[in-house]
Amino acid sequence: MAINGAAAELNIVVDDQRVRVAAGTTVAAALFNLGTAAFRRSVSGEPRGPVCGMGVCFECRVTIDSRPHQRACLIAVVDGMHIRTATEA
Amino acid sequence: MMAPLAGTDATLIVADVAIVGAGPAGIAAAVRAAESRLRVVVLDRGLETGGQIWRHMSGSPVPRIAQHWIAQLSRSGAQVIHGTSVVDVQHEDAEFEILADSSGSALRVRAGRIILATGARELFIPFDGWTLPGVMGIGGAQALLKSGASFAGKRVIVAGSGPLMLPVAASLATSGAKLILVAEQARRSAVMRFAAGLWRSPALVAQAARYRSRFLSTSYSTGTWVTAAHGADRLESVTVTDGRRTWREAVDVLCTGYGLVPNVELARLLGCETRDGAIAVDAQQRTTVANVLAVGEATGIGGAPLSLIEGEIAGSSVSPRGRVSDALLRKRAALEIAARRMLDAFALRQELRSLPTAGTIVCRCEDVSYGAVKDAACARQAKLYTRVGMGPCQGRTCMPGLDFLLAWQPDTVRPPIEPALVSVLSSELADDAAASILFNSSVGEAYQ
Repeated sequence: MAINGAAAELNIVVDDQRVRVAAGTTVAAALFNLGTAAFRRSVSGEPRGPVCGMGVCFECRVTIDSRPHQRACLIAVVDGMHIRTATEA
Repeated sequence: MMAPLAGTDATLIVADVAIVGAGPAGIAAAVRAAESRLRVVVLDRGLETGGQIWRHMSGSPVPRIAQHWIAQLSRSGAQVIHGTSVVDVQHEDAEFEILADSSGSALRVRAGRIILATGARELFIPFDGWTLPGVMGIGGAQALLKSGASFAGKRVIVAGSGPLMLPVAASLATSGAKLILVAEQARRSAVMRFAAGLWRSPALVAQAARYRSRFLSTSYSTGTWVTAAHGADRLESVTVTDGRRTWREAVDVLCTGYGLVPNVELARLLGCETRDGAIAVDAQQRTTVANVLAVGEATGIGGAPLSLIEGEIAGSSVSPRGRVSDALLRKRAALEIAARRMLDAFALRQELRSLPTAGTIVCRCEDVSYGAVKDAACARQAKLYTRVGMGPCQGRTCMPGLDFLLAWQPDTVRPPIEPALVSVLSSELADDAAASILFNSSVGEAYQ
């Protein structure tokens, strides 16, 4: 959505950091744009990020507003959303 | 916020036809079925109508054909519910009851007929380092791009197989990515033969040329594939080979995928037969289970034009006065021939069977290595000894690759076919009278 030519932004909190991201994106796209590599840790502790982009692989799971295991690629960013990744193992 | 543990009420929708998937096939089926005043409900996992091929951001442009069909769907009276994953389906008498997780809440849909338009996913073949962040599907990269991700300035290699590589490479280049290489594993002779056979479809040739023109400064190398990805906590480089020469390329993103795999889990849960990994259907798109039809990529990979036609055929064939036109049947036959030629051209080379090493993780959910499963006779035996394919994705990511590598036959499908909250699985209808029946009654007059 464009307002006066500029992309609308909204405020979210990622790993306790307040950040501004473009509105109208998925959580996966927003985190990718912020440079997040480790969306989650695998059962043996490896960092993992998005693979399928369409809700099949479950690799992009993050905690959103205290709900764990949310597929970041299937959820749109919302103003005020709190996201926790596995960046700090 | 804690989700309630159990005992939540489910929402109930009663319809004549329940369609699973809102890509081209599901849309066309819904439009044709709703035309004859059938009550149609479409369940879709995504945030927008259009599936993967017509995925778009809210307000961003979509192809004209997509606009046409999405507009028809919104006028059709069919009810489309997004953010909804089907978890289970029961079959009682002449009625199906679908249980779905709809944005975290339980949804039950009762319908006399089901049309499966569950689409396809990418085929991944595991190799060392493919679990590093930065390695993603080719369709996965396209999906991220279309949902707002920026690849500007990133060094990207697209390596795998199939016609999907062209539009994705074009999108990435246009979005400002530094496209280093597009590597197609198929032999040059096979790709050229396929291209030469496209003279019957000048529109496809023009489309391919348009895509190619958007990344002309990058080499499109046939007979070339990636054997390993390297990096500490994220992708830093990949090893590329053309079978004679092997070299390293520094990259931020590797997009990889070896074609598409039909999504047949829901069909198999319903008891539908599959053939060569796709849902088996007859000329009317009927599966081997009464009142269950299937359309689109789930019945065999063939592209959006074929999916639309199959959707139209199924939507017409469930309609009481519906007639499937001979023109549609002829178009389907022609597109099926083209689809087979495409699959032949991009047949996977034998060398790919030796991509994984014993230490390569194959099951990304449970971190099971190739060495732990490669001597098993079948998927079920491997599952007895390891947890391969038993994590949240239920084997959707690793099993098609393992089938290719080890010639395993697919294991039985059990509910829930997607991870679901206990509150969804244990949801009940308070009672039919009290349950909220969402269907719009003005559209919902059943055909008499």
